[in-house]
Formats: sequence, C-alpha cells, structure tokens
Amino acid sequence: MKPAPFDYVRAHSVDEAVRTLAEADGDGKILAGGQSLMPVLALRMARPRVLVDVNRIPGLATITPTGSDVRLGALVRHARLVEQPHHPLLAEAARWIGHTAIRSRGTSGGSIAHADPSAELPVVAAALEATVHIAGPGGTRAETATSFFAGPLETTLAEDEMITAVDLPVPSRWGFAEFSRRHGDFGLVLVVAAEVAGRWRLAIGGVGGVPLRPAEAEQLLNDGAEVDAVAAAAAAETQPQSDIHASADYRRAMTAEFVRRALASHGKRAAA
Amino acid sequence: MKAEFSVNGTRCDIDVEPRRTLADALREDLGLTGTHLGCEHGVCGACTVLVDGEPVRACLMLAVQADGCSVSTVEGLAAEDGTLHPLQEAFCAKHGLQCGFCTPGMLMTALDLLDREPAPGRERIREEMSGNICRCTGYVGVVDAVEAAAQELNPR
Repeated sequence: MKPAPFDYVRAHSVDEAVRTLAEADGDGKILAGGQSLMPVLALRMARPRVLVDVNRIPGLATITPTGSDVRLGALVRHARLVEQPHHPLLAEAARWIGHTAIRSRGTSGGSIAHADPSAELPVVAAALEATVHIAGPGGTRAETATSFFAGPLETTLAEDEMITAVDLPVPSRWGFAEFSRRHGDFGLVLVVAAEVAGRWRLAIGGVGGVPLRPAEAEQLLNDGAEVDAVAAAAAAETQPQSDIHASADYRRAMTAEFVRRALASHGKRAAA
Repeated sequence: MKAEFSVNGTRCDIDVEPRRTLADALREDLGLTGTHLGCEHGVCGACTVLVDGEPVRACLMLAVQADGCSVSTVEGLAAEDGTLHPLQEAFCAKHGLQCGFCTPGMLMTALDLLDREPAPGRERIREEMSGNICRCTGYVGVVDAVEAAAQELNPR
C-alpha cells in the first residue's frame, strides 16, 4: 500500500524541526530512519499532515564518549552502533536489530522514540537508566529512560518535541541475551544485565508494555544470590500476555532461561 | 517536489509527490522496473537497493530523501556490454531462484555482503540473506550462489 498524502519539510536545524512540529499543531511526525514510521504510513495506520525529515540536521549523528557515558546523537544509525568500540553492550545489542538494510537507515533516536517494548535499544536504555535529551519549542529538557517509556509505543515526548541525544553509561560488566523466532525478528524475550557503578541492573523486553526492571531479581543479584534464584524471581515479576507468537507461560519460562543466559555471558564481556 | 540523484551513475531529475517511495520513483518515474516491490512495508527485501553504497529498503525511503544521493539498482550490475556480474552468473549457474521475483533484492543484498566480507561462510550468508524473503523458499540455491560468487570474486 502507499502512504496517504502529506506535506514534507526537510529541517536543517533542531529549532526548525520543533517549530515545524509546533506549527503542525499535533498533526506532524518526525521522519528519521523511517524503518518504523514508513510501514505505519504505508499501511495507513498513521496519516500525519506534515512529515519533518530530520536526516539532514548536522551534528546529530555523532557517537561521543563522555567520561563514564557514551552520548549517542539521535541520528546515529544502528549499523554505526555495531561497529563502534566505545560501548560494547550497545554494539552487541545493535547486531540484533533487524537486518543490514534496516540497520543502515534506522536511528537510535527513532528507536527510543518509537518505544517498542520488544526492540533492543529501549531495553538497553532502561537497563542503563539512560538519559534522553529532548528539544521542544520552549527549550531543552532531559529525562531518564525509566520515566520516558510510558506504555507500549508510548512515551512522554510531546507532539512538538524531538529527541536530540541519548546518554548511556558504559557498564563495567554486562550480558545480553535475546530469543526471537529468527534472527532479525523482534525479540519474544530479550534480557540486558548491566553492572554500573558497582550495582547490577536487569531489563527485560517483550514481556510487557515497557521494558521491565524486575526490582526483586535485581536485589537478589546484588545480594549475591544464585543465578537460578535471580532468574526465577525475574520470571515471577513479569506479566506477559499471550499472543500469536507465544503464550504467557512460554514467555515467562523463556524469561527465566534468558536471564540465566545473560548472566552467564557477562563473565566473558567485562569492559576492557 | 523536485529530487535530483544519480542512478547507476546517470543523473536523474524527477518531480514527485513527497509520498512517492524511492522504489516507486525508480519503477514509475525512471522506468527501472528491476527493483521489485513485494510487501511494501520493509519486510520482504525485494526492493533492496544501495544508497550511497549502503543497502536500503527502497519502499521505506521517500524519493525526495534520495536528493543528492547515489543510488545503485540491479540494472547497474551487468557491464555495459551486457556481461553479467559474477553474482548474476552465480545465481544462474547455481539456480539461486525459483520464480525470480525476489532476485533483484537478493543480488543487491549479496553485493553489499561481499563488499563488506569477501569470504563469508554459509552460516554468515544465511544470516545476512535472511532479510530477503523468497516466497518459493528457494534458499539453498541462493546460499550456493553467494558462496560461489565469493570464490569467483575473491579466489583463495
């Protein structure tokens, strides 16, 4: 199918992009990589009046190590994440995003803004308590990933705001494990374990509306509990739904297994 | 809206509605019907082309976004005298197709793979080609063909 007609504005600055969004009065959409938005337009599940193409805004495609964090510009393509040496967890997670032709266009900011709870970057952002930098007509603000993800495909981003960058702490140790039917599919269950400033955090995708942080499992992990106990606690904290891809029970069982695998893999992946 | 880009080295100027996808512009406005449209929402890979050297789903990119870019399509694979590219030869020799509809996307994806990795193993080829769906399920010939083309292009 083909998208419904829209006005196309190529923004050359963040200010121009948010101003154009504001002028669209709630009926505008940011177009970055387009790997999620374009299918939605083609299926006519969305028919915005204005598309604001941000791909040509200079300075948003940089990866910058800043002390203990890495700052990702909103326009960093997934393919660049795979190659960069500054954040090994991001490199591994990005390898699991779609296929090469998707990774060459899809962007970090777009993936965070789209907030698919079974996509890789939102789960990594949740585990690392990433800081999302946001620009709007009234200026800029920053928000933690935990509060930014509000529901399935839902964030606190206002209609006239755009993400400009995301700060992600570099974990000292980490593990990543994803289960999908075929490589490149969305994860049925994906687990990120990350040790930041001496404390382990867990985030689980695919088992709820937003990336889940299982508080009890994290506590057990930091108290030195056995991996099996952590995995069981994490599974017990999920409330997955059944759908055509997997039943809730299956997802819960896979959560326990993939928490185990993420934790088993971390030893080999201590930051250099 | 005007867009100006090169396709297989030839400069093209088009005037299209913003909602025109790059795939439709190639086919409808430029007459390059080698790029095929399957699912039209980024799943099947039949419309894969290279934009500035990187593989892209042409159904997930607007034609106006290609302004100033360099696009490579399946029409640009063969030499000017009609000699087929080693990948095309290998797809013929190894029967890397059944109905052939998905073949243009398969070729462009394989071209990108062999550009980045001169000697991928069969597992790697499968992983990289898995974003291209063949509804006839003729995948074994495709893997054979990409493997043979790799050996032809980069003999060890």
